[in-house]
Amino acid sequence: MSNMEKYRNQLINRKNIIVLFLLLAVYGVVQGLFNIGVLGNFYMMTLILVCIYIILAVSQNLITGFTGQLAIGHAGFMAIGAYMSAFVTMKLEGHLVAGLIFGALMAALAGIMVGIPTLRLRGDYLAIATLGLGEIVRIFFLNFNYMGGATGFQVSKTINWTWAFWLMVLSVVVITNFINSSHGRACISVRENEIAAEAMGINTTKYKVLAFTIGAMFAGLAGGIYANYMYFIQPGTFSFLKSFEILVMVVLGGLGSITGSILGAGIMTIGSALLADYPEMRMVIIAVLLILIMVFRPNGIMGNKEFKLNFLDLKKKGEENGTT
Amino acid sequence: MESAELIIQQLINGISLGSIYALIALGYTMVYGIIQLINFAHGDVMMVGAYLGWFCTTRLNLPFLPALIISMALTAILGMIIERIAYKPLRNATRLAALITAIGMSFFLEYGGILVVGPQKRTFPDVFPQTVYEFGNVTFKYGDIVIILITIMLMLLLQFVIKYTRVGKAMRAVSFDKEAANLMGINVDNTISATFAIGSALAAAAGVLLGVYFNQIDPLMGIMPGLKAFVAAVLGGIGLIPGAMLGGYAMGLIEAFVSGLGFSTWRDAVAFLILIIVLIVKPSGLLGKNIREKV
Amino acid sequence: MALLKTENLSKSFSGLKAVSNLDLEINEGELIGLIGPNGAGKTTVFNLLTGVYAPTEGSIYFQGKKINGLPPYKICQRGIGRTFQNIRLFGDLTVLDNVRIAYHQHVTYNTITGILRLPQYFKGEREMKNKALNFLKIFDLDDKAGELAKNLPYGQQRRLEIARALATKPSLLLLDEPAAGMNPQETHNLMELIRWIREEFKLTILLIEHDMSLVMGVCERIYVLDYGMVIAHGTPEEIKQNPRVIEAYLGEGLSDAGTE
Repeated sequence: MSNMEKYRNQLINRKNIIVLFLLLAVYGVVQGLFNIGVLGNFYMMTLILVCIYIILAVSQNLITGFTGQLAIGHAGFMAIGAYMSAFVTMKLEGHLVAGLIFGALMAALAGIMVGIPTLRLRGDYLAIATLGLGEIVRIFFLNFNYMGGATGFQVSKTINWTWAFWLMVLSVVVITNFINSSHGRACISVRENEIAAEAMGINTTKYKVLAFTIGAMFAGLAGGIYANYMYFIQPGTFSFLKSFEILVMVVLGGLGSITGSILGAGIMTIGSALLADYPEMRMVIIAVLLILIMVFRPNGIMGNKEFKLNFLDLKKKGEENGTT
Repeated sequence: MESAELIIQQLINGISLGSIYALIALGYTMVYGIIQLINFAHGDVMMVGAYLGWFCTTRLNLPFLPALIISMALTAILGMIIERIAYKPLRNATRLAALITAIGMSFFLEYGGILVVGPQKRTFPDVFPQTVYEFGNVTFKYGDIVIILITIMLMLLLQFVIKYTRVGKAMRAVSFDKEAANLMGINVDNTISATFAIGSALAAAAGVLLGVYFNQIDPLMGIMPGLKAFVAAVLGGIGLIPGAMLGGYAMGLIEAFVSGLGFSTWRDAVAFLILIIVLIVKPSGLLGKNIREKV
Repeated sequence: MALLKTENLSKSFSGLKAVSNLDLEINEGELIGLIGPNGAGKTTVFNLLTGVYAPTEGSIYFQGKKINGLPPYKICQRGIGRTFQNIRLFGDLTVLDNVRIAYHQHVTYNTITGILRLPQYFKGEREMKNKALNFLKIFDLDDKAGELAKNLPYGQQRRLEIARALATKPSLLLLDEPAAGMNPQETHNLMELIRWIREEFKLTILLIEHDMSLVMGVCERIYVLDYGMVIAHGTPEEIKQNPRVIEAYLGEGLSDAGTE
C-alpha cells in the first residue's frame, strides 16, 4: 500500500506534528494555569475572546485579504450566528454543538443570499452595501421581541476554554486549507486581477460568493461561541463598529496573511483588555496606534507574508507539498 | 389628522432633517471626489463643530450666527490638520490603508472628545424663538425654517465657490485628473486642503444645526448621522455634489415617512435597504454615470 | 467549417461605433494577423470575442456554436485563450501559481476534498504542479517558478502571459500585441516561439500586432482594421500593396508603426 503510506506521510509530517504539539502546549498551559487559579476569570475571558476574534479576523481576511472583496458586514453574520445558536440552545434547549452548527449554517445561508446580489458591486460600493446589510441585521434583532429585542437575551454559559480554543484551531485550519487548494487560488486570482481571472476560465462570481459564504459561516460560528459564553447578547454589540474592529485587526495584521490576522486579533483584544480600566483612553490609544501603523506600515505587520516554521523544517524544501 | 396633512407634516420634517444630512454628505462626496477616500471621520468632525457652536453660544454668549461662523472656521482648520497629519502620508498607499486610518481618526475624535468634554449629553441652548406656526394640523417650527434656509444658502454659496472661484476650478480639475492638474500648475496639496476645509466647514454647520434640531449634543453624536450622510452621498452618486444634495434630502424624507407610518425603529433599515437596491440596480448611485474598467 | 466566424459583429460605446459589421472567418490551424492604426478597434474585437463586452449587433460562432452573450470564463472553457495588451498577470502570486490558476478549470478534486485534505487533494495538487512545471520548462521559466510574477523582467512577463493562456488548453489563442515593448532580438525569438507553439499545440492563432515585420513574417492571412471596419484582407503580400492600407497608415507613417 505505497499510496496509503504516501498519503500518511503527507498528513503526518514533521511540520504538522510540531504545530500540533505547540497547540497542545498552549492549550494545556492555559488550562493548567486556570485550574490552579493563577489565571483569573478576567484573563480567561480575554483569552476566549482572543479565540473568537481570531475566527472573525481570519474569516474576514478570507473575504477581504485573499479574495479582495471589501465587505464590512461581518458583525451582521456574527449576530445571526449568535442569535440563531442561542435560539437552539435556549428556546429549543438543544445541545451546544447543534446550536453552533445551526448558527453557522444560518449565517452561511445569509452569506449566499447577500453575496449573490451584492458581490458584483466593486470596492467602496460593496463596502457600503455590506455595511448597510450588517446594520439591517442588527435592526432586525432590535425589533425581534421573541428574543428580547433591544433589551437583549440571556444565554446559559456552556462554552469553556476547551471549546473556544479547538473551535478556533478548526476554523483556522479549514480556512488555511481552503486557501491552499486550487479553489482557494481561484479566489486569490479574483483579488489579483478579476478580468484576467475570468479570461483564464475562473467563474469569478462563483468564487467571490464561495469565499464570502465560508467567511460568513465562520463569523456565524464565532457569534455562536460568543453568545454561549457571554451569558447575554444584545443587538447593540453587533453594530457596524464591531465590523470595523474586525477589519482593523485584519489590516493591522496584514491583508492576505493568516498568521497576521491571528496576531492582529491577539494584539487588539489583549491590548483592549489591559486598558479595560480606562475605556476612553484605551480607544484613543488604539486610534493613535492605528493611524501610526497605517502611516508607517500601510501593509500591516505581516504584509501578505506568513510566519512560517521553516527553521524547524530540517528536511529539504521540496516537500512543502504545495503550500506556496 | 388627515392623510394629506400628515404627508405635508412629514415632508417638512424630512426636508429639515434631510438638509442636515445633505450638508454632511457634501463633505463626504467632495473628499471622495478628490482623493477617493471614504472619510469615516467626517461625522465626528461634525460633532466637533457642534461642540464649538455650543461653546460659543453657552460660554461666550454669542448669538447664533457668529457662533455658527466661528464654529465653521475652526472646524475648517481642524479638517485641514486631519488631512495633513493622517491622510496625506497615505495618498499613495492602498485605499484600504487610508480607510483604516479614517476609521482610526474617527475613534480618535469620538473618544478624545469624551476625554475632553466628558461623555454626558449637553443641552443645546434655544438659539431660536420657540415660535410654532400652525396651518391646520401642520406645524412649522421656527427652527425648521432656519435650518432649511441656512442649508439652501450654504449650498448656493458652495455652487458659487465651485463654479466661479479659482479654488473651485482647481478642485474640479484635481478631482478630474490629479497629474494633469499638477502639470497645469495647480497646487494639488493646497487644493486638497481646501476641499477638506470646505467640507469640514459644511459639517460644522450641520453639527450646529443638528444640535439645534435635537436640542442636545454628545461626543458620539456623529456616528449615526455620519453613516447616514455617507449613505446619502452614495445613494445620490458619490463624488457628485448634486448627488449628495439629492441623497441627503432623500434620506431625510425616507426617515420621516417611515417614522410617520409608525415604524420608527425600522427607519434606518429601510434607508439601508433602499440604498442597497439602488446600488444593485444602478451601482454608481442615482445620478452617477457607470464607468467601465478599461481592458 | 470555420473554427471562428463572426457575422456582422458591431459594438458601440454610447453611440460611437468602435467595431462595425465585422466579418471574420478563421479556419482551424491558421495563423491570422489583425492590424490597424491606433484606436482602430482591434482590442475591442478581442474583448468581444472573449465575452468581456457583449456585442451591440451581430453574432460570433466558435466551433459552429454561437457564443455571444456567454461570460468570459465560459468562453475560455469552450477553448478561446487570450493575452492582454497591458499585461494582466497575477502579480503578487508566483509564476507557478499563475499557471496553476489557468489549470483550475480542469481541477480533479472538489472544495470539500481540498479542505479535508483527502488523498484526492494531494494527488490532484501533485499532478497540477508537475504539469505546470513542465509547462514552464517549455517557456524557459521553470527556474523562476517560485518568483513573484511582478518581479519578472518585462519580456518574461509577456512569455508568462502566453504560457498562462496556453495552460487553459485553448484551441484558439488570441495574442494582443505580444511583442509590445520588446527589442528586435526578443521580437525575433517571440516569432519563433509563436510558430513553434502553433505546431506543438495544434493551435489556431489570432494576433494583434503593431510590429509589421512580425505580422508579415508569421501570419498567413491578415485583416486590416480602420475605424472599426475591415478595410483590407488577404495574404501579407496583398496587404503590403493595398493602397487603402497604405493610406490608413499614412497618418502615423508606416515606418514608425512598429515602434509602439
